[in-house]
Amino acid sequence: MRSMPGKTLYDKIWDAHVVGENDGETILYIDLHLIHEVTSPQAFAGLRAHQRAVRRPDRTLAVADHNIPTEGQGLGVAAVADEEARLQLQMLERNVTEAGIEFFPMGDVRNGIVHVVGPEQGRTQPGMTIVCGDSHTSTHGAFGALAHGIGTSEVEHVLATQTLRQTRSKNMRVVIDGQPAPGVGAKDFALAVIGAIGTAGGTGYVIEYAGEAVRALSMEGRMTLCNLTIEGGARAGLVAPDATTFDYLRGRPASPKGGAWEMALNYWQSFFSDPDAAFDREIHIDAAAIAPLVTWGTSPEDVIAVTGRVPAPESFANPDKRASAERALDYMGLTAGQPIAEARVDVVFIGSCTNSRIEDLRAAAKIAEGRTVAPGVRAMVVPGSGLVKDQAEAEGLDAIFKAAGFDWREPGCSMCLAMNPDKLAPGERCASTSNRNFEGRQGRAGRTHLMSPAMAAAAAIAGHIADVRDFLR
Amino acid sequence: MQPFIRLDAKVAPLPLANIDTDQIIPKQFLKTVEREGLAKGLFYDLRFDGEGREKPDFVLNRPEYKGAGVLVAGDNFGCGSSREHAPWALMDFGIRCVVSTSFADIFNNNCFQNGLLPVVLAAPQVQQLMEEAKGGNHLVTVDLEAQTVVSPSGAVFHFDIDPQRKAKMLSGLDPIGETLQARDEIDLYEMKRALAQPWLEDA
Ligand code: SF4
Repeated sequence: MRSMPGKTLYDKIWDAHVVGENDGETILYIDLHLIHEVTSPQAFAGLRAHQRAVRRPDRTLAVADHNIPTEGQGLGVAAVADEEARLQLQMLERNVTEAGIEFFPMGDVRNGIVHVVGPEQGRTQPGMTIVCGDSHTSTHGAFGALAHGIGTSEVEHVLATQTLRQTRSKNMRVVIDGQPAPGVGAKDFALAVIGAIGTAGGTGYVIEYAGEAVRALSMEGRMTLCNLTIEGGARAGLVAPDATTFDYLRGRPASPKGGAWEMALNYWQSFFSDPDAAFDREIHIDAAAIAPLVTWGTSPEDVIAVTGRVPAPESFANPDKRASAERALDYMGLTAGQPIAEARVDVVFIGSCTNSRIEDLRAAAKIAEGRTVAPGVRAMVVPGSGLVKDQAEAEGLDAIFKAAGFDWREPGCSMCLAMNPDKLAPGERCASTSNRNFEGRQGRAGRTHLMSPAMAAAAAIAGHIADVRDFLR
Repeated sequence: MQPFIRLDAKVAPLPLANIDTDQIIPKQFLKTVEREGLAKGLFYDLRFDGEGREKPDFVLNRPEYKGAGVLVAGDNFGCGSSREHAPWALMDFGIRCVVSTSFADIFNNNCFQNGLLPVVLAAPQVQQLMEEAKGGNHLVTVDLEAQTVVSPSGAVFHFDIDPQRKAKMLSGLDPIGETLQARDEIDLYEMKRALAQPWLEDA
């Protein structure tokens, strides 16, 4: 008799959250719901229109991050100059107060980018289901939680029912083995994966990251990797929890305490893929073969090594892809065949839910230390949360950045999507640690090159896209 | 939600891959607290120049495509942000159906929440529809019941769709109301969870 085949990590989390089946869809229980000012107002309006209540305010957490300014936060919401942004922030505050949802308002040291705050507070835990009206919710998969973005109608659905109607995804495993070269890290792994599978390569899948190089990553690195999973089209990314995960969680404000910690640990340790679990698709990447990567175009799959040249549109077989590449070169102001390291930068942005945690800031500061930002370059560092900012200041990182000529800002999404005053001017070129190089993402007609924090710092010093390996000492 | 049954409309071609939600509706329009009125921001940087003037050569600005109800676009339409403002803006503009070879996951879900039909066809069929849409006659018929798209030249393309999603789209049902009928099951699940994972109860 054959025994039952093993289960993947994804299947285990899924099975633990099935409330019931209805009409061929699964009603899946949601353990944690994160909300922010931009994608929640219409959901609360919908609840009100139907006289529905928030089912589990205690399983919901709210932050103000997308459109807050990155200076003067201590003055409070009333001082936000942009009227529409201010109204949206005030509406969030009203909605969450009415519903009894925990909220870290702008200026609170615990506030910051939603995907930095959840883990930092210990709200994000292994084996959970986590959703948020934001596509980069995939970040939380770093803890072995099934986490993904949802739209506003689904935000309303979760507020009202604490569940979501879902259909099961397929399983993909991305195994990253070997040891990366100095100067190569999680951001490069993530860009390498997207470059390999394409921005739609993960559609219909949940990706589990495994292998020696993934196990060796810190929680910050794992979050960077899972954060970018959505740019490969997958619903969520996962890393099985291990000692690194548990060490990170121990002692966080919302982490279980005392006897409950042991109980939780026991539960969390059951979340891993069985050795005989089957994956629908498997990809192997050799970490040692990855060079520091940058994007040249307007899609995160437009990836090349920093030593590479901008590709020619004719090199793409698919006609729509060719048209998109032509458009991208024109938009980016680049010529096919030019070395990417020749591209001069006007702005450097170190921040976003991809790369604004303490380890990211340390990596950038290491490159910036004792050096100066190139003349004419506007370089800014935006910590992911008030707590990250405090920690960086305690370590003296702010002093290093300021001495080098970087602008040290207050936390928020900032120039990742430029909903607040931090924007690129038309035609400006930016070395950015964020996750999207889409047209207009960082400001209308702005040009974005995605890269790691260390690479972005190197670009700030050099004044053009630069190989971080030339800056290591 | 608005039901979708059958649509006779003009089809507009947008032959680009990876059209992301930042292009569909840029961030400056996300500061609204309403669902309505987003048509003004649809494809803003494609439709308007830096001074806010209409770009005459953009497909949706051309007179022959005025009032288009269907878009046909390249691979991976709707990738990027989870903003439901994307389908809201398309609907507000009068677009009820998008045809492509593939859609990004969250955008696809958001469409089904709003009665905007995402139709997946094979690459050669999308190419044919794209070419025909560029020609003189732009009228197509999208029939959800029959699961067909009839091209301007009369070619009939069959598409697949999840039967549950199809049924919901046809009826325009409210999914929250439906899920709330499972209230007892949710209560039961929560009771069991409270026993097994008590640390989640006093957060
Ligand atoms: S930092 Fe950027 S990607 Fe992350 S949540 Fe904010 S806007 Fe979204």
